[in-house]
Amino acid sequence: MNIENGLRLAVDIGGTFTDSVLADVQGRIIASTKTPTTPENPALGALEGARRVMSQADADWSKVMSFIHGTTLATNALIERRGAVVATVTTEGFRDILEIANERRYSPYDINLVKPDLIVPRSRAFTIGGRMNAGGHVLRPLDEASVSRLADQITACNAGAVAICLLHAYADATHELRLRELLKALLPDLVISLSHEVSPEAREFDRLSTTIANAYIQPLIAGYLGEFQTRFAREGLTCPILMMTAGGGMSTMETAARLPIRLVESGPAGGAILAARVAAETGAREVLSFDMGGTTAKLCLIDDFRPQTARKFEIARAARFIRGSGMPVRIPVIEMIEIGAGGGSIAHVDRLGRLQVGPESAGSMPGPAAFARGGADPTVTDADVVQGLIEPGRFAEGRLAIDVDAAKSALERVVGAALELGAARAAHGISEIVDGNMANAGRMHAVESGKDLGTRLMIAFGGNGPLHATRVARRAGIERILIPRDPGVGSAVGFLHAPVSYEIVRTRYVTVNAFDLDGLNAFFKEMTAEARAVVRAGAPEAALKQRRLAFMRYRGQGHEVEVALPDRTLKESDIPDLRRSFEKEYSRQFSRTVPDMPIEILNWSLQVSTEPRKPERYPAPTSKRQVRPTGRRSILCDVTGEWCEADVHDRAMLRPGDFLNGPALIIEPQTTTFVSADFSAHLDSAGNIWLVRNPEEKP
Amino acid sequence: MTNSNTRLQVMWNRLLAVVEEQGQALIRAAFSPIVRECGDISAGIFDLRGRMLAQAVTGTPGHINTMAEAVKTLRGRFDLRDMRPGDIYMTNDPWIASGHLNDFLLMMPVFFRGRAVGFTSCTSHLVDLGGLGMGPEGSDIYDEGLLIPPCKLVDGGELNALLMAIVKANSREPVANEGDIYALVACCETGARRLAGMMEEFGIERLDELADFIIDTSYRGTVERIGDLPKGTRTNVLKVDGYERGIELHAALTIEDDCILLDFDGTSGLSAKGINVPLNYATAYSVFALRCIIGPDIPNNAGSLAPFRVVGPKNCILNAQPPAPVAMRHTLGQMTPDLVYGCLSQVLPDQVPAEGASCMYDLPLRHVPEAVARGDTQFALELVFSGGTGARPGLDGLSATAFPSGVWGSQVETTEAVAPVLFERRELKPDSGGAGKMRGGLGQHIELRSSTGEDFMLFLSVERVLNPARGRNGGREGAAGRICIGDDRPDLPGKGEVRVKAGETLVFETPGGGGFGDPRARSRQDVERDLEEELISDEVARETYGFTR
Repeated sequence: MNIENGLRLAVDIGGTFTDSVLADVQGRIIASTKTPTTPENPALGALEGARRVMSQADADWSKVMSFIHGTTLATNALIERRGAVVATVTTEGFRDILEIANERRYSPYDINLVKPDLIVPRSRAFTIGGRMNAGGHVLRPLDEASVSRLADQITACNAGAVAICLLHAYADATHELRLRELLKALLPDLVISLSHEVSPEAREFDRLSTTIANAYIQPLIAGYLGEFQTRFAREGLTCPILMMTAGGGMSTMETAARLPIRLVESGPAGGAILAARVAAETGAREVLSFDMGGTTAKLCLIDDFRPQTARKFEIARAARFIRGSGMPVRIPVIEMIEIGAGGGSIAHVDRLGRLQVGPESAGSMPGPAAFARGGADPTVTDADVVQGLIEPGRFAEGRLAIDVDAAKSALERVVGAALELGAARAAHGISEIVDGNMANAGRMHAVESGKDLGTRLMIAFGGNGPLHATRVARRAGIERILIPRDPGVGSAVGFLHAPVSYEIVRTRYVTVNAFDLDGLNAFFKEMTAEARAVVRAGAPEAALKQRRLAFMRYRGQGHEVEVALPDRTLKESDIPDLRRSFEKEYSRQFSRTVPDMPIEILNWSLQVSTEPRKPERYPAPTSKRQVRPTGRRSILCDVTGEWCEADVHDRAMLRPGDFLNGPALIIEPQTTTFVSADFSAHLDSAGNIWLVRNPEEKP
Repeated sequence: MTNSNTRLQVMWNRLLAVVEEQGQALIRAAFSPIVRECGDISAGIFDLRGRMLAQAVTGTPGHINTMAEAVKTLRGRFDLRDMRPGDIYMTNDPWIASGHLNDFLLMMPVFFRGRAVGFTSCTSHLVDLGGLGMGPEGSDIYDEGLLIPPCKLVDGGELNALLMAIVKANSREPVANEGDIYALVACCETGARRLAGMMEEFGIERLDELADFIIDTSYRGTVERIGDLPKGTRTNVLKVDGYERGIELHAALTIEDDCILLDFDGTSGLSAKGINVPLNYATAYSVFALRCIIGPDIPNNAGSLAPFRVVGPKNCILNAQPPAPVAMRHTLGQMTPDLVYGCLSQVLPDQVPAEGASCMYDLPLRHVPEAVARGDTQFALELVFSGGTGARPGLDGLSATAFPSGVWGSQVETTEAVAPVLFERRELKPDSGGAGKMRGGLGQHIELRSSTGEDFMLFLSVERVLNPARGRNGGREGAAGRICIGDDRPDLPGKGEVRVKAGETLVFETPGGGGFGDPRARSRQDVERDLEEELISDEVARETYGFTR
């Protein structure tokens, strides 16, 4: 295969649309398209999109040298409860880990609160004798004599998959491995997930929940991946398919089939990878990525070109995106906050007379009132339409007619009537509320990470990101925004920049004063071997790099501080460095250290990945050519609240160095960039749009 | 179009975000495990008159409205004209702050363009204030540790070093205390900076218009809800275990057109031990419980709190006066929701749940006193476990779930990693949920022992060992809590110190919630499911629910 003219294909299957992007080996985009997702068989929609970009580029399948795929199937299967019948096996005496959970209500004032359904009822929760302690020593041997009884129980409840989570299995997995072996001998067709493989961290509730989620989707995902592979092979694809994961790396089909839980939220992760890439290309060390679609907005902090990561998140939050209302999953992920604010978010007036927007969404069916597909609720998109920010004839590549009057009357009927406002004022109010909500969520997210938003560059994409960027930025105190190329298919573009990688986070309790160096080095050696094997499978020849982290805290604290470790066998002399690194990071976050407090480490991370291609740095454009608009539109100014005339530009016609002042709209096939009156815009040599707040204008 | 209603609302939303930021800043930097696990803090923003405009939605209700009153008190104690940018005031007076010495309250005036515009305030639980330590054994407040009257902690940005030294010198955990006080200072400063930033951004010079909007809207919304309720007075008596003898809590709830009055008249007198409750704390839990039913959608602020008034005769156990010991005021404070729900259910029979376990089952464990001299393992651990909540009129109660407090339970693996204990069992206790058309939540059965072959100490202050959660509308009572050593030995009382010997197993059962409605009216399907999940026994299904196959 000729590397020079090889092609790279990325397909991101979202809830509504499937995005396909074809690029050359340098990562330059040759073709992109959005096709409707086909929920009954998602592979068909993917095939349709892939065929379209291939024919746009007049390319041959044999030229495709890498194919990256991301899908919401794993997430959706968990949300829509379309997985296997799962049974659990936990240590005898601990049948109710799932039911007891954290003993907590996620909403303090809600008397009629219903806890999240965590898939496995008590009637399918079984136990087995045998006990490890926290040090990984056997206190009681595994009760092998009871395994046949266990097999009978599993058979009797019709379980197709089993999640095994034994106490302290992260410290020693012998009992879990042996139990799998014994069960497999009795029930060869049973799908088994082991907690120490899925999530080797202490905290039995989170680990069990994660193992259940994995087991639940395993049969479905295995079937899907097989079907997907077969169809594309038949089409002529010869290269292996790599799967995008929540951690922002790619893994092989085999790893994905074994640990499908790592596939959740891969689309949003792709968006964060894109933002990180653009950050590297532009040298922006502090970034907030802002991905606003039809249903939700996703925000991610990116420091030193690396998206912030976390070790835990929640799937399928029941009530209104409230923390704690979903199913906890403890795996390495790109840390994002997702809030119910998108183009389809519905506005209403509550009984106190407060205007509320979202999190309920009109989705794509029936969609905003302006789509004239039967939607009657006023949405954020309707508000944008009424404010003149969306050109009716050119929305969504001109394929979707916009009914301005329908948007107006929905706003008047629901919001206007209750607050005695006209359609325009109601629209302005909706924007103020929803943009304020997004900015507040961003502020909160930054504070939780000990960071500040004000100095950051916002990188905005997604169908509605470029449209709302200036309004959200103003409320978040952000002065600079970048809109990358192809913002409408940002996640799929991000896939093209993802490394093949695998990260393991594992628990081992150590205090800095009593450091067991040999034990720790052996511990890392084991993790390294496991991670390298996984990455090698997807990247047989590439150079690999490793990253080791310790999650450290003062004794008694809950919040852990991430500290990088040298990538080698640890020596006695590293320990003072480790303490210093911790204190440095701690005082960055909290402005002080606590001198006499012991320091402890509970969790460690090891990541193996391929080296990403070096980012290209683009020279700053030399000229600042003022461009002439292609048209004018009357819009409601978000700064003054008065109607004014805005310039309209076509993004495809803008060139590097072009400069324009707000208020203006920059239209491209899949989205519109709104340049507010207090911002100006210019294009850099890579074709990114920069929006910069004018210093003298503050409302 | 400045300051239209939507603009005021955008600012209100921002204030709510600011207080959440403040709260998060505090929780992240805190040392006390109860703060981190339970979010046992409060953070709020106040106008110049000391009216609370916004408060973080945190884990425990104990701080709700205690802070609102405390800021008014401090505001009255110090002259606004003497306040300068960078000043911060502090107290841990239980009768001003939050009911016991461990809760420290800070208040900081906020200046914008050289003028005072409002206050930020926060409260957090410090690990140790000396005295006899966290437990009910003190016989007056002086036994319980160091009390700091309202004073200036930071003067124009300069920390009062002597004051900090005193707090440290009087604590077993000086480093953690200092860390927690710094966290409180940072929290006040964050709030002040964000508030000033918001005023700058929205171009407002003072908070008055926004304050009136928030308070009027919230007051109106709350009063509307109260207006929907039938008027009159309803009473209830709740019998609780107490320490040295049983205690009666009395309540009379009067609903008027635009306010609700709760009176604890008739409640038993003080205990000789530290389970007495200052009125501010009893008020916090009572009003929290009422607001769960009456206007839970309205944010907590001076407007939504104004229509609720709570009184009680001096030195009844819910209005303890100094120098009564109050260290474990939460033990009975957390029972007050059940007390007021007994009144409110007479008005709203289809909205108010049955009684629940209510009091959190905390389990402070420590090494034995001689361990230090012997060089044995030293540790201190505060485990928290919950019982079942009361059945709701339309839903079963929640098993092993905290209410009214918002504590998080402990995880077995992390506990065993850091402390010398081993759990033998932790499961739901079948049949512990009170039977009813809607079943009460189940309690837990926990067994644990020393993992190192050393004795350890246990300090108990729990309720519902003698007085289980009652059912409502024909629902049955939940199982009582139970503590014993080995299954064959007699049960222990719910309060006091216990020594658990090496090799012995501590058995700890949290109470179940009460049932709601006649068990015979429970749907066949629900009984079958409970049987299938082994939450009830065949016998209870047959005898109590009248279930036949």
